[in-house]
Amino acid sequence: MLRVVSFIGILLLLVAIWEGYKLLGAALGGQWPGTEIEMKPRPDNQNMPHVWDMVAALFQPARRGGDSLISALLVASAYTLRSAVLGFVIGGLLGFGLGVAFVRSEMAERAFLPYVVASQTIPIIALAPIVVVWGGRLGLPSWMGVALISTYLTFFPVAINTLRGLRSPEWTATEMFRSYAARPTETLWKLQVPAALPYIFTALKVSATASIVGAIVGELPSGFGEGLGRALLQFNQAFTSDPSKLYAAVLVASVAGIFFVALVTLAEWLVIPAGRRVEN
Amino acid sequence: MGEIVAARRVSKVFKTGKGAVEALRDIDLTIDPGEFVSLIGPSGCGKSTLLRLVGDLLTPTAGELVVNGKTPAQSRLDHDYGIAFQKATLLDWRTAIENVELPLELMNVGRDQRRARATEMLEMVELGEFVNANPWQLSGGMQQRVAIARALALRPPLLLMDEPFGALDEMTRESMQQELLRIWRETDTTIIFVTHSIPEAVFLSTRVVVMASRPGRIVDSMPVDLSHPRGVDTREDERFYTTLTEVREALRGR
Repeated sequence: MLRVVSFIGILLLLVAIWEGYKLLGAALGGQWPGTEIEMKPRPDNQNMPHVWDMVAALFQPARRGGDSLISALLVASAYTLRSAVLGFVIGGLLGFGLGVAFVRSEMAERAFLPYVVASQTIPIIALAPIVVVWGGRLGLPSWMGVALISTYLTFFPVAINTLRGLRSPEWTATEMFRSYAARPTETLWKLQVPAALPYIFTALKVSATASIVGAIVGELPSGFGEGLGRALLQFNQAFTSDPSKLYAAVLVASVAGIFFVALVTLAEWLVIPAGRRVEN
Repeated sequence: MGEIVAARRVSKVFKTGKGAVEALRDIDLTIDPGEFVSLIGPSGCGKSTLLRLVGDLLTPTAGELVVNGKTPAQSRLDHDYGIAFQKATLLDWRTAIENVELPLELMNVGRDQRRARATEMLEMVELGEFVNANPWQLSGGMQQRVAIARALALRPPLLLMDEPFGALDEMTRESMQQELLRIWRETDTTIIFVTHSIPEAVFLSTRVVVMASRPGRIVDSMPVDLSHPRGVDTREDERFYTTLTEVREALRGR
């Protein structure tokens, strides 16, 4: 409850700062008093549209005679979320599998971990077109190619945190399992995996947003027109004539991200009892 | 045969980056069924190492070690012993009873039987009302009782304890000692108990094995001549004090 109140409070504060700056700008004529220095960013409606104009833009038709912007953006969000969620699930499973493989075989860890780390140094902007184009050549629908970008961004934090989490049980707990002559799979599922869950969920929350950002970026170069990436690109080009649309689209994109993180958090609450949850 | 633990000239050397460390040298020790043996000595004397050798959590470098008439490895595979550490080491995603059920689960004991046995064990350690409590809701002493219940869930003939009360306050510690003695008498378990508290060793044990360090070795093995059941009066008994002094002197090397 406190969280909801503080969330709304901070949201209102941000709106107040935005609008306050605009009011100040109007009162001062866009210049800091006593100087020739222009206020940056310019507090006019062109650069900083009113918050209510952004919200209003959501309910106006995106194109003449078309659906409202919000419904167009929701359709686009659903399209992008489909890629992001698919990539997230594959990346999560892949990361978990790698973590388990690494903890069970030091040789696997030594052989593959450097490549896993190195893979993350490639900027996705560079990787996205390659993956999407190759996916297309393999006959995958482009949204699946985009999902691969999300996979790429998800598997790394999950693999690293899974590895850490699987190694987190105290030494005596491992000795205890050995004293009961537990098989390695029993130790894995009854000790290491439960101990790793808080670590894994921390990674999943990071990955949830990353997978959406990845999907949006993946959509940019592929140039197909159904996801949020295309919508952002389009409103970006129209920014000078109609800035509130871009702000509105950014708003919806971040709401989509929040929605996804909230889903993961909900899953975390269901899986891990309150007493051992890591607050973050 | 007959003895539950028989060690002959057992040694343990740890290889570290800085060379070899001789943790135990030429350990000769036999323990008969039903004994309560404390291993006491300064830190670094290898008492925990000896306990882990018996439990096959470590392997001797040299010497012969027989546990329950078998190799330590076979004893472990046969679930011949339970173990309790200084930290209760409860799995915090499991309730008290689920923690006690763990060894039974790993032995593929059926669900109903598991519940019944675990309930019985928790009642024995007087935690009958806390079966469904989460570990973090229990005090340190209560957590340690759950750990003891877990260690005894499979009715092992041997119980290995590594400073199980070391982290408890003095009051809790004394009442836990009292309870452990009751459990020992009720269950016919042989107990090997590592401690660095002289009064604890004397109060609990039928025999105190005194160790010294560098290299870790046994310097004395002293029977404790105090009658059972032991209680508050025991701690005020004159023989209790005499034994304390004897152990202290043995620790000092006289």
